[in-house]
Amino acid sequence: MKVYLDNAATTPVRKEVVEAMQPFFSEKFGNASSLHSFGVEARNELEKAREKTASILKVKPSEIIFTSGATEADNFSLKGTALVARKEGKKHLITTAIEHHAVLHSMQWLETQGFDVTYLPVDEFGLVDVEQVSEAIRKDTFLVSVMAANNEIGTIEPFEEIAKICSERNVLFHTDAVQAIGKIPMDLKDIDLLSLSAHKIYGPKGSGVLVVKENVQIEPLIHGGGHEFGKRSGTENVASAVGLAKALELAEKERESEAKRQTALRDKLIDGVLQIPNTRLNGHPTKRLFNNANFSFSFIEGESLILRLNEKGIAASTGSACSSPNLKPSHVLLALGLKPSEAHGSLRLSLGRNNTEEEIDYVLEVLPLVVESLRKISPFAGQ
Amino acid sequence: MIYGEKVREHFLKPHNMGKMEHPDGVGKVGNIVCGDVMWLYIKVGKNSKGQRIISDIKWQTFGCAAAIATSSAVTDLAKGKTLEEALEISNKKVVDSLGGLPPVKIHCSVLAEDALGEAIYDYLKKNNLRIPKKLQERHEKIIADIKEIEERYKEFLQREETSGKKQSREPGF
Ligand code: FES
Repeated sequence: MKVYLDNAATTPVRKEVVEAMQPFFSEKFGNASSLHSFGVEARNELEKAREKTASILKVKPSEIIFTSGATEADNFSLKGTALVARKEGKKHLITTAIEHHAVLHSMQWLETQGFDVTYLPVDEFGLVDVEQVSEAIRKDTFLVSVMAANNEIGTIEPFEEIAKICSERNVLFHTDAVQAIGKIPMDLKDIDLLSLSAHKIYGPKGSGVLVVKENVQIEPLIHGGGHEFGKRSGTENVASAVGLAKALELAEKERESEAKRQTALRDKLIDGVLQIPNTRLNGHPTKRLFNNANFSFSFIEGESLILRLNEKGIAASTGSACSSPNLKPSHVLLALGLKPSEAHGSLRLSLGRNNTEEEIDYVLEVLPLVVESLRKISPFAGQ
Repeated sequence: MIYGEKVREHFLKPHNMGKMEHPDGVGKVGNIVCGDVMWLYIKVGKNSKGQRIISDIKWQTFGCAAAIATSSAVTDLAKGKTLEEALEISNKKVVDSLGGLPPVKIHCSVLAEDALGEAIYDYLKKNNLRIPKKLQERHEKIIADIKEIEERYKEFLQREETSGKKQSREPGF
């Protein structure tokens, strides 16, 4: 049996999305900037995709900037607004310790360029304290970036409250909504900038959006032919935009029914896995994405766990130091206050629309045996 | 899997795995790079020429697939060897016997070499036998790392009090 439980990493492109994209490779291949019928055809479809995306997010079409993915969207939102802020003498940004690397590494780069960044801590469940955000805002703060939901532990942040505070204090608010979109309802009223990605919602890879509200001044990072309202140059990838819009539409349409279905599966999974002795759940018990389960198993290491599960056909991921290219444990798990040893034995199981109850039963049958087999090897729990 | 077939075999079906009752020597080493830990146990016997040999060997490892595979492989290489021969087993030999490891995983194999050296050191020391200078030097280096590892896994090492207890979702799971 093959069980894919790494949907927070990526998802398969769904059939309807592939079909929607299909015509834009060989048939309707025109350059959306061309004046002839081929170009006009592509332009019309691109704008339809933009309108659809905008109407789902309840923003204006002119506020949708198609990008190569969420990493670009995150980089663009932080660096693009920083370039404007610098001219106004503002140099402070606020973010959290558990952001995706696309945000954290952009922030670190901005620090090398003379900007100041405050990294807010989170509590043991991964929640950011709204009060702390408010207190951290300074006179020269121009932007706060807090993810809507965390990719590793699934904790849903109070992003709407934070957005409201930012708008009252006249500070821009950016949110990385990659994991949240299509899973929780999102009100963008007070959100100035929002990043999302298609491949987490059964759309194509290399496709994302940065929502840039009208009031936001931003410098482009990619210069060229002045595409995307002059904000992001490069010949428009019509297929990618159409795919994203379709994926988003379907994700929103099925959000409530999938929430119900996947929550039940997730809870069954969590209850079952916690039967294994010396196991903990990472993240928040209730303020949690419906598709995320994250555990730590004492005495064992995550890469071994992943690879032994892989032998049984189960695909999952870990925040273990051994599995990361720099041999450091997950910054998210450490920010929760987990010791490196606990982060070592972490396992993320992220569900998706294709998972069935039968698969969860299979995981609950196999996982305890795999954990036990590794504990037998471990000096901390051996025999 | 980023690993070759030999690594996969050892990782899935490790040889000589487990704890040993009444070992003649124990090597406990840890790697501060990522936090892996390996314990290696030996029994020492004599061969027909009267030389001291590793008559039995076992290990326990907390680490990645490469750490587990190298633990298994080093014990295969050392079993039946004289102590002198066993001390010649370098991490490179272990890696070669596994058909290579990804560069980022080479540090895991150092653990295997060190654990074997430490187990032999422990045996020689306990029996008041001469300790080669190189082994003595390596021991002193390893000891420093071990202190840090023990600190890091304090709770695991004191686990007796908590083991077996199931954890529920609330509170403070
Ligand atoms: S034990 Fe950590 S990388 Fe091998």
